[in-house]
Amino acid sequence: MVQLALPKNSRVQKGRHHPAPAGAKNVKTFRIYRYDPEGAENPRWDTYDVDVDACGPMVLDVLIHIKNEVDPTLAFRRSCREGVCGSCAMNIGGRNTLACTHGHDETHGSACQISPLPHMPVVKDLIPDLTMFYAQYASIEPWLHTETPEPQKEWRQTPEDREKLDGLYECILCACCSTSCPSYWWNGDKYLGPAALLHAYRWLIDSRDEATGERLDELEDPFKLYRCHTIMNCAQVCPKGLNPAKAIGEIKKMLVDRVV
Amino acid sequence: MNTGPTLRTPRSRALGLGSAHHGVGHFIVERVTAMLLVPLGLWGAWVAVQLAGQGYDAAAYWIGKPVNAVLLALLLICALVHVKHAMQVVIEDYIGRFITKAALLLLNYSICVLAGALGVFAILKAALSGAF
Repeated sequence: MVQLALPKNSRVQKGRHHPAPAGAKNVKTFRIYRYDPEGAENPRWDTYDVDVDACGPMVLDVLIHIKNEVDPTLAFRRSCREGVCGSCAMNIGGRNTLACTHGHDETHGSACQISPLPHMPVVKDLIPDLTMFYAQYASIEPWLHTETPEPQKEWRQTPEDREKLDGLYECILCACCSTSCPSYWWNGDKYLGPAALLHAYRWLIDSRDEATGERLDELEDPFKLYRCHTIMNCAQVCPKGLNPAKAIGEIKKMLVDRVV
Repeated sequence: MNTGPTLRTPRSRALGLGSAHHGVGHFIVERVTAMLLVPLGLWGAWVAVQLAGQGYDAAAYWIGKPVNAVLLALLLICALVHVKHAMQVVIEDYIGRFITKAALLLLNYSICVLAGALGVFAILKAALSGAF
């Protein structure tokens, strides 16, 4: 049945407050989601008053500052710190984005709220479990399928055909899009989600691929593909400026082309 | 999302029961009926305004004209086919429990078929009574 409130052990409680160091002049408050599934405690919101003059301009700089100087128990993923790896995807100020490319001064309001990507199991604090997300990506078989014997050099492609991959190949699989999609929230076990479908289209439109029909066969499903209702959250939050909703629309057009 | 304990691999869970290999027909019907409903709906609204307050006999006389009866039946059928397809999507979106989902899908289908049958019968009855 419909569940209107979170179960008792999932309700987010008020957490600890970490005041700014004495003498801090430029203080900004960060509310950060804290949860350890292995402990007995409920999730909680910890608040950190951070002297932003003591750290870099991005939210990731603030998180690293908190972990190094204030609270080493805070857990989050990060790697490249320049918007290439997608590790530090999280929800900042109510919007999925990358902590490394989002300035802490971009968030309005008295406190900047940071939580893990929505509607995913939490490994710890700001780290979501992306196992299913990656398995769904793998299920679209994101590699070149060919039957023609492999050429001695490379598979050739015209510059025009190569251009069709622009706006698709740049996806870094940060999961900002899929975890912002209400359809993925409600049916994430069956719906492939914007990221996997954007990659599916990247291989469908690749002139070198010889499995377009089989790929379309696999995608033609009321849940795998047609849960997309063009809500467009995916395009709105993509930190790389891509448009998964458009790619999904193109897949739907290809399926219509096949029968009309 | 089903997050209950399982020893199935993520790959197996992602693949699930495989592709149903249908959906494009539903997609096309939803859009074609939506497009047809634009002129038919406008026509239906205009007719409703014209016939408002004129009584059953005037309406039956109007429906008695073959073009009006056919267009009215088309409007009804297009609307109900569209409702059936759209409600199906809503139910599939929000209802996770299989039994509840199957019951609601059946109910949706039954209501639309019943409404269509009653509506077409009503149009025929009015049309034929107007003709004679």
